[in-house]
Order: sequence, then C-alpha cells, then structure tokens
Amino acid sequence: MRCSDASAGPPLWLLAELTYRCPLQCPYCSNPLDYADREQELSTEQWLDVLRQGRAMGAAQLGFSGGEPLVRQDLPELIAGARELGYYTNLITSGLGLTEAKVQAFAEAGLDHIQVSFQASDPELNNAVAGSKKAFEQKLAMARAVKEAGYPMVLNFVIHRHNIHQMSDILTLCESLGADYVELATCQYYGWAFANREGLMPSRGQLETAEATVNHFRDDLRERDHPMKVIFVTPDYYEERPKACMNGWGSLFLTVAPDGTALPCHSARLLPIEFPNVKSMSLEEIWYQSPGFNHYRGDSWMPEPCRSCDEKDKDFGGCRCQAYLLTGDADNADPVCGKSPHHDRILAARTAAEHATAGLDDLVYRNTKNSRVFFRK
Amino acid sequence: MADIPNLRRGFRFQWEPAQQSHVLLYPEGMVKLNASAGAILAEVDGVQSIQEIIASLESKFPEAGSLSGDVEQFLADAANQHWIEWL
Repeated sequence: MRCSDASAGPPLWLLAELTYRCPLQCPYCSNPLDYADREQELSTEQWLDVLRQGRAMGAAQLGFSGGEPLVRQDLPELIAGARELGYYTNLITSGLGLTEAKVQAFAEAGLDHIQVSFQASDPELNNAVAGSKKAFEQKLAMARAVKEAGYPMVLNFVIHRHNIHQMSDILTLCESLGADYVELATCQYYGWAFANREGLMPSRGQLETAEATVNHFRDDLRERDHPMKVIFVTPDYYEERPKACMNGWGSLFLTVAPDGTALPCHSARLLPIEFPNVKSMSLEEIWYQSPGFNHYRGDSWMPEPCRSCDEKDKDFGGCRCQAYLLTGDADNADPVCGKSPHHDRILAARTAAEHATAGLDDLVYRNTKNSRVFFRK
Repeated sequence: MADIPNLRRGFRFQWEPAQQSHVLLYPEGMVKLNASAGAILAEVDGVQSIQEIIASLESKFPEAGSLSGDVEQFLADAANQHWIEWL
C-alpha cells in the first residue's frame, strides 16, 4: 500500500538546482538527458519561498547547484536569504563565471562554503572532458580566490577511466591549493553518465590501483597531522551489496529542480513516477503526503528478493533509479545486489570495462544539441 | 601551551528545533550532538580557556561532579576530527 507516511522524519538536506544552464559539457553530467526541453526556472521569489518552507520543516544544509548556479543573476540574493534563515549554505560550482569580486560578495552575503569541481589534474585532459579551453586555468584561479577569502573549500573530481590514473597528481594539486576536503567521486551511472557508461567505467584493476594510491596518500596526511580530508566514493558497480541510496527514499534529502519539480534525489526524474511541483503544492504536503515522495518509503513495496532479505532495513533494496535503468522496473532489487536475478547486468558491465577501448572522442557530451536528440526520442 | 579551543572556520554550531538538539554544520555535512557534547561546544567561543570551560560547566551542572576528564577527552577528540583548533 502506498499511502502517506506520518513517521517520515524532516528533510534535513535541501538541494536547490537553480538552473540546468551550464557552460561546460561534461559527459557524466547528472542533469536529465532531455534538460534542453526544460527551460523553465523558478523566480527569485519562488526560490526564497521554497527556502523558507524547507527551513521551517527542519532543513539545515542547503546546496545551490545546477547546471551552473552562477548563471543565475539573483544568486547573491538567494544566498543572503538562505543565510538569514539559518541554513548552512553550500555553493556547488564549476568555477566558470566566478570572479574574485563575486567570491567576496558571496562571503558578505553569508555563504558558508564553496565546492569547486575539476575534471582532471592537468589542463589538457580537464579541458577536453569539460568541453572548454579555458576551464582549467579559471578553476585554478578561483580555487585560490576561494581560499584567499577564507572559505572552507571542497574540491570535487568525478573519477572515470580517463582520469583514474591521476590520483596522486590530483591529491598533490588539491593539497597545494589548500583544499579542506577532496571528493573523489567515482562516476555514478545515471543521466549522461549512464548513456556513456561503457566509455567511462574503470576496470577493476584501475580501481584497485587508484584506491591503493588514495589510501597511501591518506596515511601520509595522517602522519603529517594534515587536516585535508579525502573522501573516495567507490563505484557501486564493483560492490556485491547495494548502497543505502540517499539514506532511504524521502528520508533526508529533498531536491528541487529548476522548474520547481520536487524530487527525492536529483536523478529520480528519470523514473516513471509523477513528482509534485512547488508551484502547486506546499513543501510540507510534498514531503509528507505526495504519492511521489511516499512511493518507496517503508518496505511494503518490495518484491523478492528484498522482501524477505534481512538487510532490507540497512540498504532499502539499493537505488530505485539503478533498478529502473538496468531492469526496466524500479521496484526490483538494485542489480548491484548479488541476490538480484539481474546481477548479471552488473557483471556484464564489469566485463565490458575490462575490454573497453572508447576514447574521449567517443563520448556523448552534455550540450543542447545532444540533449535535443534525447527528447525527440 | 595553547589552551583556548575555537571552532575551525567553516564549522557552525547551532540549535535545531526540528531535531531537538545542537548540531555542528560543516561543508556538506552535519553532526547531531548529544546533550553533553552540545553543552561543551556551546562554551567554545575562542575566548574561554579549557579550564574556564570546565569551571563554567561544573557550576551549571553541580550534580555532575568533576567534569575535567570528560571535557578534555571530548575536546581532544574534536581536535582530532579537526572540528576545533587550539589558539
């Protein structure tokens, strides 16, 4: 039965995807493949209202993301509004469009933290993946500006088969830039990354070498009592147990997409489920009462092998988007699970990664032209 | 020896009514603090020394007896986690 679940706790984390517009073309972008067909964006006042409602419900962490959130001219206003409400405000940016003046202005508006994403540790690979000739130089300059302004800084690298050999160089670069946290986020295969999976997924050998390098670097940091924290997000395609995706459906995370669609995670839009919009429903009603948010709460929706599994309270059956993308039915167990009857699809992807030969030129880059191809399908 | 603890830049300590607890917020993360951790961090202001913090807590919670061991342990852990730094 899928009814309202009064036992759900509040959304503690609010992700505001301000826009799908972005100057970069990363082939693993988490935005929907058909983003070019979704140009509508909430107004400043609508966003401020979403932030007020979320904070009143208990949200404490707020991410401004996109696309590239700097594209929104009202960003300083949104930051100031969010900070005044008591959010811890995170700006998740490519660094393109950022200037030293903006870094300062955001600090004055109350921005708590800036995360800058990189594509690689060297300009050539970075700019090829990002689809922009000036990206790397700009990112370096902005990372320095962020530190100079006194912010804590997270540097984020999405890791795939074309940059996974750079772990040591990446970490050395991060330390030299004064990063407080480094996120080495191995590609998760949704959105554009799913379309490019064969060309992105590392082999097991590549992954093991990378993990060993990261662990060695971590040990070295600890010996030097260096505060830089390194987070290595391992790819679940090499796991036997599924991840507790989003800590459970509608449990902590609430994403609002540029057009106001509310989602339990930023990928959930690909599911054949109707999700509510903040323009026509209060956030409270969306979170606690809407069918979309209650769809996978609890465990009464689970088929076998999840239903009788003694780990169902730990992993919630894994990721719904992954179940849908790999089996065609989002109710199924996440095929990462060794008990899933569809686990062979994960094994096939691993085998393909052992033999992959695709170069950067073979990837489908995230841009409007390519997106239009997807929504015409 | 430096003995004044201070929250590191980027860390924010605040009361969250929805969680009925103090939390420590930092880039993309949040730690929900238990009552004693909340009471200790509430004293960390970059001005009071650890001795002053212990004295303040002992006067607020006279029934708890000596708190120096607990406070020293917690602040040492917090420093190890790089939540605080010693001024």
